[in-house]
Amino acid sequence: MSTMKVMERRAFLKYTFSAGALILGTHVEAWASDADNAAFHPDVFVGIQPTGEVIIVAHRSEMGTGSKSTLPMVVADELDADWKKVRVEQAIGDEKYGSQNTDGSCSIRDFVAIMKIAGATARTMLETAAAQKWNVPASECKAQLGFIVHAKSGKKAGFGELAAAAAKLPVPDKATLKFKPESEYRYINKNVPMVDQQDIIEGKGVFGMDAKMPGMLVASIEHSPVYGGKLGSFDAAEAKKVAGVRDVIVLDAFKPPHNFQPLGGVAVLADHTWAALQGRKKLKVEWDLGPNASYDSDRYSESLLATAKKPGKVVRNHGDVEAGFASAAKIHEASYSTPLLSHAPMETPAAVAEFKDGKVVCHAATQNPQAVQETVAGALGIDKKNVICHVTLLGGGFGRKSKPDYVAEAALLSKKVGKPVKVVWSREDDIRNDFYHSTAGMYMKAGLDASGKPTSWLHRSVFPSIGTTFDDKAEYGMDLEMGMGWNDLPFDIPNHRAENGPAKNHIRIGWLRAVANIYHAFAIHSFTDELAHLAGKDPIEYTLGLIGPGRKIEMTPVGMPYWNHNQKQSDFPVDTARLRNVIDLVANKSGWANRKTEKGHGWGFAAHRSFLTYVAVVTEVKVDGAGRVTIPNMHIAVDAGQTYNHDRVLAQFEGASVFGTSIAMMSEISVKDGKVQQSNFHNYRVARLPEAPMKTHIHLVPSKELAAGVGEPGVPPVPPSIANAIFAATGKRVRDLPLRNTKLV
Amino acid sequence: MVQLKVNGVTRKFEGDPEMPLLWYLRDSLEMTGTKYGCGMGLCGACTVHVDGKAVRSCQTTMANAAGKSVVTIEGLKGQHPLQKAWMAASVPQCGYCQSGQIMQAAALLKEKSKPTDKDIDEAMQGNICRCGTYGRIRTAIKTAAGVKA
Repeated sequence: MSTMKVMERRAFLKYTFSAGALILGTHVEAWASDADNAAFHPDVFVGIQPTGEVIIVAHRSEMGTGSKSTLPMVVADELDADWKKVRVEQAIGDEKYGSQNTDGSCSIRDFVAIMKIAGATARTMLETAAAQKWNVPASECKAQLGFIVHAKSGKKAGFGELAAAAAKLPVPDKATLKFKPESEYRYINKNVPMVDQQDIIEGKGVFGMDAKMPGMLVASIEHSPVYGGKLGSFDAAEAKKVAGVRDVIVLDAFKPPHNFQPLGGVAVLADHTWAALQGRKKLKVEWDLGPNASYDSDRYSESLLATAKKPGKVVRNHGDVEAGFASAAKIHEASYSTPLLSHAPMETPAAVAEFKDGKVVCHAATQNPQAVQETVAGALGIDKKNVICHVTLLGGGFGRKSKPDYVAEAALLSKKVGKPVKVVWSREDDIRNDFYHSTAGMYMKAGLDASGKPTSWLHRSVFPSIGTTFDDKAEYGMDLEMGMGWNDLPFDIPNHRAENGPAKNHIRIGWLRAVANIYHAFAIHSFTDELAHLAGKDPIEYTLGLIGPGRKIEMTPVGMPYWNHNQKQSDFPVDTARLRNVIDLVANKSGWANRKTEKGHGWGFAAHRSFLTYVAVVTEVKVDGAGRVTIPNMHIAVDAGQTYNHDRVLAQFEGASVFGTSIAMMSEISVKDGKVQQSNFHNYRVARLPEAPMKTHIHLVPSKELAAGVGEPGVPPVPPSIANAIFAATGKRVRDLPLRNTKLV
Repeated sequence: MVQLKVNGVTRKFEGDPEMPLLWYLRDSLEMTGTKYGCGMGLCGACTVHVDGKAVRSCQTTMANAAGKSVVTIEGLKGQHPLQKAWMAASVPQCGYCQSGQIMQAAALLKEKSKPTDKDIDEAMQGNICRCGTYGRIRTAIKTAAGVKA
């Protein structure tokens, strides 16, 4: 990243995080981190002890992306610290760090420049302190692996020795900082293991499920089986007879909109988890199930598709679609449908909290400790400053753990019982009471010219919105849902319209890894493949024709409403040259042009821009005589801009290949009489080792562009690439996910 | 009363004999390396060795464990060749399932020191990783076994 780009980013971040993402010289208040208490802490993210130990604060949550390690490595690199003498400390929730909402694939994008500034500030001050001590020009003093060295005189002093003197110096103006050239990086992109890797491999990593507080009870909570149901009557007599059960406590139902509030229910509190689970089984609870008890997901899907057949709210418009259809040589139409999905992180929601003297201290597997502060404070009627949220490792998050309802449950129960309480959701609780990835019904229509190229393109999409989290009356999509891979579609088609139809919601809807991109990518890239086959063209060549020449698209003139992850177009344009480049790369690396055509094998392709990152996928499937699908190879080409932890970037796309395979092949939440039909991994299916791609090949484009995102953008193109490969192998066009509902032979 | 060995140490348990070994390890012994994932033997996160065989501790009652020798991830002490291979391949993402994955793979290598891909498929299909580290799990098992990737 050039210095100029760093400056632009910083100006932008200053604007975005006016509350202060970067607060140099912040004073320690009530809840100091060790970094704050260090002899020298020029920045909220870094402190240096007199011993020379460097403490770097990781303010983002670790759920497997490596951001807890990567951001501190950037600080350490700019500081030229010795990584062996660095202690990474997980931050508590505190707005002084800026956003801690570990979501939206933005940890590196939003914070790498700030980390560079933190490291460079500390380094500059240490160099100045050394220069003053030795009476030499600061420009001759240089940081080297935890020391400041003056080459001319051979003098050398450890960071710890200089910390006290550095702390007395004024914090340098950010504009005067000099940053390391990339060639001098020691840790960035050098595949340094994650800080918790060894602990995890030895079984020592502490997750939310493993957190404990002295004297705590463990709670298992019965929630309404139907969204919005109210507690009728209950009988806890048998539950209380279970050895180890201490109490049964009612939690009030939420008030709409549900936001991140606890659902409400009946909690069984016990000395240990098994007793709580056993007691819970003995509860007799009657629910007033309410108006959502008639919700049936099959009928609902049909209604979404029916709505998609009718005109909706226009959310993108360019040219004259109807005129295009009228003059087309041929019309092609198709409807696509995708189900509700559950996050199903391997660690179910879990947190421990203690309410005492008007304050809450909690330890939680959370993606967003500041949301924990707000939610717990709201539930208990206290100031959020009185909620101290320690963040554990997360056993997966995928968006579920940005919603801290379970942490508020623990805090509420602790207040009622007067002891620390750990809330443990069972897998059944997790699958039946999630904030589900939205189901969608989509209708596509293309008017084609004589060559089979669309001159007119209509895409209607209908889905219950995430917006119902915050406004229970919402029936239309939020800007972010429409801006995710749908109305920012970079196809060069003269007449283009997108319409969003209304959908009333009957369940908690939430964001799941890649969010609305998932259903939009499935419809768009399946439909494109259909059109390619209809035209008798190679799907990759055909797609490149739709994208058109490499260019930075001016969004407004082609009717794209502006969302773009709230990023400036000057920083993150919709750049079709980069999209074309990943497509060329995946075609070359996979051997697309010379793909084998043996019986039962098929190759499929899809390319999608999301989270400001460009991804192209080629998948090879094998369908055996019994219709069983395996995936021998998946190639994923990625342009995510500049990266900072090469191996973890690869790992995210490897993971996306599996996550996307689950979505394509087997995952589905269905609802009857308002009740989720799935409960555990036997009926909510996710990919197992033999079902995952046998070989996943990641091809990363070296780039100097601004860091975009890596956690999510691998997911959206995977399902359509698989569906398109299955068409190539079997001639069956699957328009409803998951694929396992379709008989392939 | 139930008597058993956990990582070589003799232990006595006087509670509910129907309690799964999982909760005894986690709540009574505070050995939290063994994870809860499903409670039904469907995900493998709770895998431990009982008398040398990989079992799901959520499906193994204390009565079943009586008189047996239990080894958990803590019992491998970071010295198992699989743990070293796991480090070298940087297998974990979130890491929650990895104790179970390693214990399952360790049992596989006891039975088949040079596993084929098919052996790995069969032995590991009961262990879910939602982050999708399966490719690296396969690589690490082969590295530890000294077979070609």
